[in-house]
Amino acid sequence: MLNRSLVSITDFNREEYLKVLSVAADFELNSYQNLLQGKVIATLFFEPSTRTRLSFESAINRLGGKVIGFSDSQTTSVTKGETLNDTIRVISNYAELIVMRHTLEGSARYASEISRVPIVNAGDGANQHPTQTLLDLYSIQKTQGTLENLKIFMVGDLKYGRTVHSLLMALSEFNTTFYFIAPDELKMPVEYKLHLEKKGLKYYESKELEGSLGEADIIYMTRVQKERFSDPIEYERTKNAYVLKDSMLCGTKDTLRVLHPLPRVNEIHPDVDANPKAYYFQQTENGVYIRQAIISLILGLK
Amino acid sequence: MKDKKLEVSALKDGTVIDHIPADSLFKVLSILSLQKIEGMITFGTNLPSKRLGKKAIIKLSDVFFKDKDINRIALIAPDAKLNIIKDYQVIEKRIVQVPDEITGIVKCVNPMCVTNHEKVPTRFHVLDKKQMKLRCHFCEKMTDKEHMQIL
Ligand SMILES: [Zn+2]
Repeated sequence: MLNRSLVSITDFNREEYLKVLSVAADFELNSYQNLLQGKVIATLFFEPSTRTRLSFESAINRLGGKVIGFSDSQTTSVTKGETLNDTIRVISNYAELIVMRHTLEGSARYASEISRVPIVNAGDGANQHPTQTLLDLYSIQKTQGTLENLKIFMVGDLKYGRTVHSLLMALSEFNTTFYFIAPDELKMPVEYKLHLEKKGLKYYESKELEGSLGEADIIYMTRVQKERFSDPIEYERTKNAYVLKDSMLCGTKDTLRVLHPLPRVNEIHPDVDANPKAYYFQQTENGVYIRQAIISLILGLK
Repeated sequence: MKDKKLEVSALKDGTVIDHIPADSLFKVLSILSLQKIEGMITFGTNLPSKRLGKKAIIKLSDVFFKDKDINRIALIAPDAKLNIIKDYQVIEKRIVQVPDEITGIVKCVNPMCVTNHEKVPTRFHVLDKKQMKLRCHFCEKMTDKEHMQIL
């Protein structure tokens, strides 16, 4: 991982995922380590995302590093028409590593090819958000004690949801059995199912959330967004069918945990929050350790 | 008097590109940057062809292609055949092959792709050479034959 960019989840392999997770576990035990002292990290949020930016900045600050950058491209020369190319070339002279988020898909890959320092992709439009995927893996491993041979239920928007696609790619290295629960309009795309078939992994598809969860080790919920539907009536009919309620968790495994990349809209009923199987708030906390691990490994500090 | 037709067709040294679909002729000329060539170029188009319906043919004096360059036309002229001519004789016949990677010819189908906003040459990994399935190196979206737009 040394000096390499992390743009897509598939830039790392299985061994590297496990390495990141084990270093993250170290940071969970001791999050404040002066590894980045005297070092500068840039966080360039061309597209605002307070949650992700603060998670990265918290990770950097806990390691004693300094942060430069911007939280919104409205306040930078980018709005004066400066190209991404110029911004990256200039800022890669100022920092040891660049964390960037941008609305354009492929922007992080492009940046990684012109930057003098490694790029960590904090989201490029609907394409990739690999640190989210690694924190999902970490959450799964932490709650299940392993990543191997799990039954993972993915619910909601499986067509456009980048988090489920990346998570599927990563988990396909760990003999996972997948259960896809989505309306017809938002089914898992064929290319991902083909990938699983090539890997010899099993998957099941269903439209019904209710009554299907008995086998689940992990339920991974996603937002079902209105703008994804061509027919607004279909949306109204669909949205309530993919809301997880506390009553649905009756009869599920004790070790089951519910994950969600957050923010949620209404796809998890608030009555689930008090259930010990709800894990989505702890999930975000794990993001700091994962980002500490990724940055330290890329900079050769771990 | 010598046959005028032969005068035009005869090529001492150079390359003949045959079996180009007629409607791709001008794109082929542009992909190969032939507008920059000083030497003699003759082309014919809308010629009858059993396979293609109407085909085009290009004859280039003193021009020889590297595989890497000529394979760039495989996307739009997959059946193209090259005859390499030396001293009026065909010394070699070549077919074009779809390369593993394609740069700067095809537009990415994804409107949010960085290549449609910044001055970045497009780049694709060819996942399926028969069906012509291309995956964008940048945004990772698929562009297929049906939606393929040549830049
Ligand atoms: Zn693209």
